[in-house]
Amino acid sequence: MLKTFLIGLKDLKIAFRDRAALIFMLLTPFLLTIGMGLVTGRFSSNDNSGALNIPIVIVNLDNDSLGNTLVEVFSSEELADLLETTTSQDAEAARLLVNEDEITVAIIIPEGFTQNIFSANASQSEEYQIEFYANPSRPTSAGIVKTILDGFMARVDEMRVGGITSVAQLIISGRISPEGANAVGEEIGARFENTPTDSDETLITLNTSTNQTQTNEVDMLAYIAPGMALMFLMYTVSYGGRSILAEKSGGTLTRLLVTPTNSMQILGGKVFGIFLTGAAQMFILIGATTLLFQLQWGDMLGIVLIVFAAVFGATGWGLLITAFARTPNQVGSVGSAVMLIFAIMGGSFLSTENMPAFVQTLSKITPNAWALDGFTSLAFGGNIASLTTPLLALLTMGIVLFLVSAFLFGRKNLVQK
Amino acid sequence: MANILEVQNLVKNYGDFQAVKGVSFNIQEGEIFSLLGPNGAGKTTTISMLSTLYEPTSGDAIIAGHSVKKNPMGVRNAIGVVPQDLALYEDLTAKENLIFWGQMYNLSGKSLSSRVDEVLEQIGLTDKAKNKVKTFSGGMKRRVNIGVGLLHKPQLLFMDEPTVGIDPQSRRAILDTVKDLNKQGMTVLYTTHYMEEAEELSNRVGIIDHGELIAIGTQKELTKQVGETETLILHVGENEDPSALIPSLKEIKNVLDANVIGNEISVVTPSAKDVLASVVTKANERGIKIYSIDIREPNLEAVFLHLTGRALRD
Ligand SMILES: Nc1ncnc2c1ncn2[C@@H]1O[C@H](COP(=O)(O)OP(=O)(O)O)[C@@H](O)[C@H]1O
Ligand SMILES: [Mg+2]
Repeated sequence: MLKTFLIGLKDLKIAFRDRAALIFMLLTPFLLTIGMGLVTGRFSSNDNSGALNIPIVIVNLDNDSLGNTLVEVFSSEELADLLETTTSQDAEAARLLVNEDEITVAIIIPEGFTQNIFSANASQSEEYQIEFYANPSRPTSAGIVKTILDGFMARVDEMRVGGITSVAQLIISGRISPEGANAVGEEIGARFENTPTDSDETLITLNTSTNQTQTNEVDMLAYIAPGMALMFLMYTVSYGGRSILAEKSGGTLTRLLVTPTNSMQILGGKVFGIFLTGAAQMFILIGATTLLFQLQWGDMLGIVLIVFAAVFGATGWGLLITAFARTPNQVGSVGSAVMLIFAIMGGSFLSTENMPAFVQTLSKITPNAWALDGFTSLAFGGNIASLTTPLLALLTMGIVLFLVSAFLFGRKNLVQK
Repeated sequence: MANILEVQNLVKNYGDFQAVKGVSFNIQEGEIFSLLGPNGAGKTTTISMLSTLYEPTSGDAIIAGHSVKKNPMGVRNAIGVVPQDLALYEDLTAKENLIFWGQMYNLSGKSLSSRVDEVLEQIGLTDKAKNKVKTFSGGMKRRVNIGVGLLHKPQLLFMDEPTVGIDPQSRRAILDTVKDLNKQGMTVLYTTHYMEEAEELSNRVGIIDHGELIAIGTQKELTKQVGETETLILHVGENEDPSALIPSLKEIKNVLDANVIGNEISVVTPSAKDVLASVVTKANERGIKIYSIDIREPNLEAVFLHLTGRALRD
C-alpha cells in the first residue's frame, strides 16, 4: 500500500516536471477556456456574467391576470440574461418559428386560462392548458425554459388558485417530451420554486427582491471550463499510460521487479500515479478559473466527488489504450485521437444537444459527457443528489475498463517470464 | 568460506532457443566473481534468473539461503542489482532517484536519508545530488545506476557489464568503486566481456560462451590450462590477408597454435624468442608486412582462444 502510494507520488512529480506535459495538462485547456470565453462574449460584460439568451415567444391569448403575470415573469430583468422573450398573438406563427429553429420555445396561453383556473369547477380540458411547444433539438435550453415555467406553475398551485395545470398533464398531453428537462434546467427551476413568496398576496408575482437571482445568471464558462479541463484530462491519462510502457522500455519497470516489491504494488502504483496526476490537473484548472474569472463551480464536495469519479473513469480509458498499444508513442497518438473524439462527442466544444441522436447515445461511453453533466448541474446550483447518475456512470465505466485492461495486461505479460 | 550463491544447473529457454544451458557455479562470501564471455553468451540471462526477474526453465539457485524459485522475495532483499542498461528516472535528481529506490527497498526516514548521503559520497556525486539525471554524462549516470544497487547494503551485488560504453576515466572510477566495495566486505558477481576487467577485479572467473560455462577458477588455474606458453602477436597491415600464412606457421617447430584475429596473427608457443625468427621469415616469404610484434604472457584472452578457437571480442 505504502509503495503503491510512493510510486504514484513519484509519477506525479515526474509529470509536473515535464514541460511538454504541463503545456497540455494545464496551459492549453486554460488558454482554450479563455479563447472560447472570448468568442462567446464571456469577458465582455463588466459583471463577468455571460448571457445565454434563449429565444422564446409567449403567445398570450388569455390576456387576463395569470397570463399577464407569466409574460411579466418571463420578461423580467432577472431573466434577461437567460431569456430573450418576445410576445405575439399568433399561435400558429409562433409554432412555425419553433419548427424553423428561429425560436427555442413557444409558450401559448389559451384564451380563458385565468378564468378557468379561478372558476370553482375548473375544466381539465386541453383547451385550457398552457401549451409548451419546444424544438426537440435543443433539450437543454428547452429544459431551462420549461423549469422556469414549472416554477411558475408550482407557484400557481401553492396559491391554491388551481391544481390542475401541473406539468405532469402537459407531459401526458404530449406537449413536453420528458427528455426535454435536463438537470441544468431542473436546477434553475428548483431555485425558482424555493424563492420565498408572500402567501398573503392574491395574485402571483415573483419576489424579485432576493439575491437568489444572482445564481440564476448563466455563465458560459461553466460549460466551457469543465469541457476543456475534461478534454485535456484525457491527455493526462494517456500520458500516464504512456509512462507505463516507457518504464518498461526504459528498464525501470524491470528494476522495480527485482526490488522487494510485488507486481500488483507496481501496477497499482502506476495506476494511482495516473489518477493523482489527473486529479491534480483538474483541481488546478478549477482553482485557476475560480480565482481568475470568478467562475462559480458550485458545491465543493460535489466538485471533489465529480472530479474523482471523472478521473477514475478517464484513467480506465488510459489503461485500456495502454493495454492495446505496443509502444509509448502508440499510446501517445491513439491517446490524442481519443482525446479529440471524446471531447467532440462529449460536448466539450458543442453542446451534445445539437448532435444526431446516435452520437448522443454514443457519447455516454465518454467520461467527458457524464462529467460535464455533473459539472454543469453543480454550476447551476445542484447538490450532491443531482450527481447520482453521472457519478454512478463514471464509477461503473472505470471499474469495467479497469477489469478489461487488467485482463489484457495479464495476457500481454508486462514482464516476460 | 561459506557460499552465498549456489547455482544449480540453471537453464533458460527463449522459445526454441536455449540461451543458458545448464550452468552451475558457487560464489563465496567476500569474493568478486566474474562471468566473462562475449556478447550473447548468456550473462544477462543468467543474472536475470538469479535476480528473480526471469523464472529459470529448469534448475535453481540458492542465494543467502533462499531459492530463486521458491522464495524470490527473500532473494530480492538479499541482493542488489546493477542492470546492464541504465534504469533511472531521468527527470528526477540523483538524490530523488536514490530516495525513491531506497523506498522500494523498504528504507525510510532517517536511515534512508543517511544511507542516501553515504551512497552519494561513495559514487562521488554529492556535489551533483540535486541535478537531474538527464543532465549527467554517461559515466555519471552509470555511477547513479550503481548507487541504486547499493542502498540497502545487499549481501550480494550483481553488476551486469557496468562499464559498457563509457570513457576510460569513468571506467577507472567504476572499477575502483567495485574494489572499494569488495574491501568493505561486499560480495560481487560481475559480468563483462573485457578480459582486463575480469583479470583486475576477480578472485575467480567463470568463462561463459553460447550459454555454457566452459571454464571456472582463479586466473592462475585458468591460464594453466593453456600451458606454460607465451603468445606472439604480429600486427599486420589492414589490407593483408594473413590466413594463408597460418598453415605454414603451424609447421614451425615449437609452434603450438596459430590464429588470425582481424589484423593480428597470434602464435602460441612455449618460448617466443625461439620461434620469432622463423615466424618473421615465413611472413616475409609471403610478402606480408609486419608493423609490430608483442609477446604476451598467458591471459584469459588466451584461455578463451584456447577453449573456443575464437577471440573474446569479435
Ligand atoms: N528476451 C529474449 N528473447 C529471445 N532471445 C533472447 C532474449 N534475451 C536474450 N536473448 C538471446 O539469448 C542469448 C543470450 O543473451 P544475453 O543473456 O543477453 O547475453 P549477454 O548478456 O551475455 O550478452 C543471445 O543470443 C540473445 O540474443
Ligand atoms: Mg548482457
